[in-house]
Amino acid sequence: MTSASMIVDRKTQRYDRQLRLWGDHGQAALESARVCLINGSATGTEILKNLVLPGIGSFTVIDSEKVSGADVGNNFFLDADSIGQSRARVVTELLQELNTDVSGNFVEEPLQSLLDNDVEFFRPFTLMIATQLSSKMLARVSEVCVKLGIPFLAVRSYGLIGYLRLQIGEHCVIESHPDSPMDDLRLDRPFPELLSYLQQIDFNTQDGFQHAHIPFLAILLKHLLEWKASHGGLPPKTSKDKDEFRAEIQRARRIKEDGSRAEEENHDEAITHATKAWHVSSIPSEISALFADSNVDNLTATSSPFWIMVRSLRDFVMAEGEGLLPLRGSIPDMAADSDRYIRLQHVYQERAKHDVAAFTAHVHRHLAELGLPLGTISDDDAKTFCRNAPFLRVIRARPISDELASATSKLTDTLNFHLEDPDSSVAFYVLLRAVDLFFEEHGRFPGAGDDQVEEDIAPLKQYVVGLLTDLGVSQHAIKEELIHEMCRFGAAELHNIASILGGLASQEAVKVITRQYIPFNNTFLFNGITSTSSTVEL
Amino acid sequence: MDASTETAAQSGALDATAPSPAVAGSNNARPASNAIVSNTNTAAAAVAAAAVEDDDTEGEGEDVAPRFEDWAGRWDHIDKLLVRRGPFAQPTFEPCVELRDFLLEQCRILVIGAGGLGCELLKDLALSGFRNIDVIDMDTIDISNLNRQFLFRQKDVGQSKALVAAEFVNRRVAGCKVTPHFCKIQDKPEDFYRQFQLVVCGLDSIPARRWINALLVSLVQYNDDKEIVPGTMIPMIDGGTEGNCVLRFLQFSVRLFVGLSFTALFCVAGLLYQGFKGQARVILPGMSSCFECSIDTFPPQTTFPLCTIASTPRIPAHCIEYAKIVLWPQAFPDRALDTDDPEHINWLYLEALKRANEYGIQGVTYRLTQGVVKNIIPAVASTNAVIAAACASEAFKLATGCSSQLNNYMQFNGQDSLYTFTFEYEQKPDCLVCSNIPLDFACSASEPLRALVERLSEQPFQFKAPGIRGLGKTFYMSAPPSLELSTRPNLDRTLAELGLQDGAFLQVADVAVPLPVQLKLQFRP
Ligand SMILES: [Zn+2]
Repeated sequence: MTSASMIVDRKTQRYDRQLRLWGDHGQAALESARVCLINGSATGTEILKNLVLPGIGSFTVIDSEKVSGADVGNNFFLDADSIGQSRARVVTELLQELNTDVSGNFVEEPLQSLLDNDVEFFRPFTLMIATQLSSKMLARVSEVCVKLGIPFLAVRSYGLIGYLRLQIGEHCVIESHPDSPMDDLRLDRPFPELLSYLQQIDFNTQDGFQHAHIPFLAILLKHLLEWKASHGGLPPKTSKDKDEFRAEIQRARRIKEDGSRAEEENHDEAITHATKAWHVSSIPSEISALFADSNVDNLTATSSPFWIMVRSLRDFVMAEGEGLLPLRGSIPDMAADSDRYIRLQHVYQERAKHDVAAFTAHVHRHLAELGLPLGTISDDDAKTFCRNAPFLRVIRARPISDELASATSKLTDTLNFHLEDPDSSVAFYVLLRAVDLFFEEHGRFPGAGDDQVEEDIAPLKQYVVGLLTDLGVSQHAIKEELIHEMCRFGAAELHNIASILGGLASQEAVKVITRQYIPFNNTFLFNGITSTSSTVEL
Repeated sequence: MDASTETAAQSGALDATAPSPAVAGSNNARPASNAIVSNTNTAAAAVAAAAVEDDDTEGEGEDVAPRFEDWAGRWDHIDKLLVRRGPFAQPTFEPCVELRDFLLEQCRILVIGAGGLGCELLKDLALSGFRNIDVIDMDTIDISNLNRQFLFRQKDVGQSKALVAAEFVNRRVAGCKVTPHFCKIQDKPEDFYRQFQLVVCGLDSIPARRWINALLVSLVQYNDDKEIVPGTMIPMIDGGTEGNCVLRFLQFSVRLFVGLSFTALFCVAGLLYQGFKGQARVILPGMSSCFECSIDTFPPQTTFPLCTIASTPRIPAHCIEYAKIVLWPQAFPDRALDTDDPEHINWLYLEALKRANEYGIQGVTYRLTQGVVKNIIPAVASTNAVIAAACASEAFKLATGCSSQLNNYMQFNGQDSLYTFTFEYEQKPDCLVCSNIPLDFACSASEPLRALVERLSEQPFQFKAPGIRGLGKTFYMSAPPSLELSTRPNLDRTLAELGLQDGAFLQVADVAVPLPVQLKLQFRP
């Protein structure tokens, strides 16, 4: 059939559906990641399953437990034969079997002793994940992760409730993959090449096909310039102006021999997208906020490429950009002939290249000033950065240990706001902390035994009330039914909730590892009673 | 908690009663493709047979498997919900160990699809205590499934998804009896579906979900007081990972940080086909909105006009479509394009690249070619896990009544941070499937039947091969060819010429729906 037969390797075939989301470079980041899981619980193995399948480099399970009958009941990576054996070993074997590209390891030493004697053990990991830890241990692992600069994801299934918490020092995302990005067309501030393109278009052509295939951007720009010329340089402002503007485009349709207006798709598009004509090009507020970050003003030789590029971006905006970010250079598809569409595309792409070059010059200047090699930031890096300039994001998710140590006014305000709604999932944040206080005193969770449900309600309520006071939100109450329900759960780990959390946590892990897409910040609570959730920054 | 969900939970328990004797008959009537199935699993048939006491035991020759003995502590986790009373349980909920026995021994659940969602669903349901699970899927395993369909390995490529998945779960989860069906859902008779107390869908195909939804709605029977006959309503839990857009205006309360609370109108519109989105919903046929009620939230597949592809290509996809639609049939008139054959895709890629170069179009790659030709939707393990487990959790709650339910639609978006949005999707008053009233169809006496057929191919119908009957006559049949030929002349006749008047009823049948749809003609003045 064809001599230039292309061999698609096995890996590309296997990972095809995900490579379309995070690309080969995202995959490379995954494949070099080392993930550490604390506790081979159902929640833990569900997280790892979703990381082993897409091919992380390696995982290590820390677990000193022996497999119990209840474990086999809710965990897919254990079987009846494994009862009494090392949980770390069995789950590692069965997880490893999912994907031979991944290396699986396990450690049977208790977490406590690793934390006490061998903190360095954790250093090589790209990401730490802990499941089913109560507050006290959580705080300890959190401190170690802060110390070693490792991102940390805490996950907990408790009855029908799910809890997810991300802790990350500073996470900079260039490729955030916005959902429906606005086109960057600059009709309000047309650059010279765009204007000269417009001049080459013959709007009076007698050829019907030609007239019906003028790119709508050219139609919009022509009418906008004419409008501005007759309105003191201002674009359409009022809704009456805007209707009139659209009517002008309507009148620009060709008149057929029978006197009626021709049906021209390009004119339809121009009318539909007329808002692009008065859209004001500007810098998104998130990016202005980044420009004000102290990292931008205080570049040093240890500054990350990200911050050097943000500084260069700000320099570009203040110089060549004349107040705007580099042009992104892409245009939407539109009813047009190939030639004029592709020439228009070219005009935008060339302008974008021009802006990238100017931006790169700023980057090189800063690198030289900092005494860093120019190769620190490649041309491709600079190009990707410019293309994503409006969508850059920085996430800082504060340490869990700080959150647990004392209530800041921000935490109090956030809780106050959410607890206003008695059905908010945020109530479970308070309840999960309350069951941990109960555990610390009683050595068991409320409702651990079938006969303890009713008797534990009142004591748990005491912890809830005390906690609300400590958190500065004593004016709110937690519904009695929710307290009862927590006692009923008795710390059960239901497979379905474990699996929902396994999906969510692994997705966030992929975001953190690939530095693509935007992770949550910093607490997610799932209410499996009603299938609702809240995402809050605590 | 509203009345509808209470009844649903109730009927979940009520449906534990014996299936009708028709079940045994339908087993015998199963298509030949299921021969493999019945011997892998005599136990599931045994449950039905044991329940139907007076039924003869012909055919299957099943030996009733001894009840599986569980090890100590096995169900400790789910028991906490089953043997303890809870403030959010259904009013009919009676905590007891027997409830677990109902799940383990009697409850029969059908999983449709053994792909990304299906694999997860089987695992989730098996570990939730469901033991009598049937799974139906017509697909075979492809290597690109292995990044998320965790019950399959490299060695399984090419085999039936349903068979391999069932075998894996039965091996891993002791005592679980997953019965595979390697066929299309349309191949199974109505009675097959009647045996189940719950149906969970993990499908990427809209037509298949439409079909099963309409079938389940059609199974609902009403008594003289227009109440649903207990046991005839089979809840359908539907999961999807296509991130459809709910373009309806939704009313919900928005709370600002300053503590103000007000109600606002929001338009929730998601971009299609992103890998980090999905939805889970609970459909109580005849009681809540059905799949068809929201059919227009699933946008039709993008297609390019032929004239664009042929004469004014602008983007890489135009060149790829040209290679597929125009060049391939020219070059290989006798060979059908096999989109799974890398050689075929490569040929299209090279041709598309050639054409793109002619026009100065950039960006044609092998990966893009494959994506456009096969209409590939990105997919990852994580999203499937979230959506499937959300569905399985609803199935567990519905079957046992141990908690409130999702009411009735949860959208998940994990692209930017983590968000779920739960709301009640309302029944569409003129839903084609669940409204029980003929749909008013605007038309005029002077238009030809062809115009009507064309409109049936659009929203909300999307009928591809309709058959139209009315006034005791057949007006048009798309198939078989002989009938098509004999009814074709009617396409150019006007409705008036066909004797159709304002208010006339038409029955339209199509492969998209298991039962014909009633239309009431409304002539425009
Ligand atoms: Zn409906």
